[in-house]
Amino acid sequence: MTDTLSDMLHDDGFEVAGRRFTSRLLVGTGKYKDFEETKLAIEASGAEIVTVAVRRVNLSDPSQPMLVDYVDPKVYTYLPNTAGCFDADSAVRTLRLAREAGGWDLVKLEVLGDQKTLYPNITETLLAAELLVKDGFKVMVYTNDDPIVAKRLEDMGCVAVMPLGSLIGSGLGIQNPVNIRLIKESLSVPVLVDAGVGTASDAAIAMELGCDGVLMNTAIAQAKDPIRMARAMKLAIEAGRLSYQAGRMPKKLYADPSSPLSGLI
Amino acid sequence: MKITLNGESRTVDDGSTVNSLLLGLGLDPRKVAVERNREIVPKSQYAEVALAEGDVLEIVHFIGGGSHD
Repeated sequence: MTDTLSDMLHDDGFEVAGRRFTSRLLVGTGKYKDFEETKLAIEASGAEIVTVAVRRVNLSDPSQPMLVDYVDPKVYTYLPNTAGCFDADSAVRTLRLAREAGGWDLVKLEVLGDQKTLYPNITETLLAAELLVKDGFKVMVYTNDDPIVAKRLEDMGCVAVMPLGSLIGSGLGIQNPVNIRLIKESLSVPVLVDAGVGTASDAAIAMELGCDGVLMNTAIAQAKDPIRMARAMKLAIEAGRLSYQAGRMPKKLYADPSSPLSGLI
Repeated sequence: MKITLNGESRTVDDGSTVNSLLLGLGLDPRKVAVERNREIVPKSQYAEVALAEGDVLEIVHFIGGGSHD
């Protein structure tokens, strides 16, 4: 590629909490067959930010391999999450431990409502976000696709807002593109679709709506070939972003020939 | 003395510190975080914080996890 062309196609990435990331794909590290597969899939995805969970150490076998031995926290930005927390108190407690374990304050907050839908509990999410922001955390927050709530979270000081595309782990794609676009349009902080992506085209749609990035786990980890799917997601994110920047052609009701009609024999 | 460690009752030597507990368990202090009676123990204080009878400790680390599990 010539220098001019590569300049024209260059993507600056996105900035969160004062740090710039080139990859717009963020990936989870759960549900893989083993650490080796986790490592390869993350590499194939090109992700720079990976989400991790905080759990009790298994004291009966402390020598078992740890995630940090395969996914180097010096290479990847660990984003500790509060997966499995159903109230503000346990979410805040978990992230305080995570900050001590990792030594950084960029975190992902999610407070869930119930086991069946894993839908966010917004009242508890707001409560936890307030406490965490006050405590100096940089909070990336998982939320529903309500533009008013998204704006409120930004106003409270969250550094990124991450609405769901559809239910966690459902793979149903972007169910409410209208709201996702409304959220993106009304916020200044990065908006990332979190949850619901099932396949590469879903990720492209999220990016075509103008989102700054996408966070996913199950779509890659539970694909038949996670490493190939990780690469597919990387390409879909890039394609979707380029497509958004390029600006799509207008939709028309009838055909419009691509070849000129004049000069027909 | 008796303490509660990750939800289980354990007996540790009198005079134990957070640091000696971690080393005794075979854990790398750099890879974990410790909460004692719901308060975070800063890594820099592992060697100084002495355990007391009835302490409730949580030792956690990062695991694969993701969006949501």
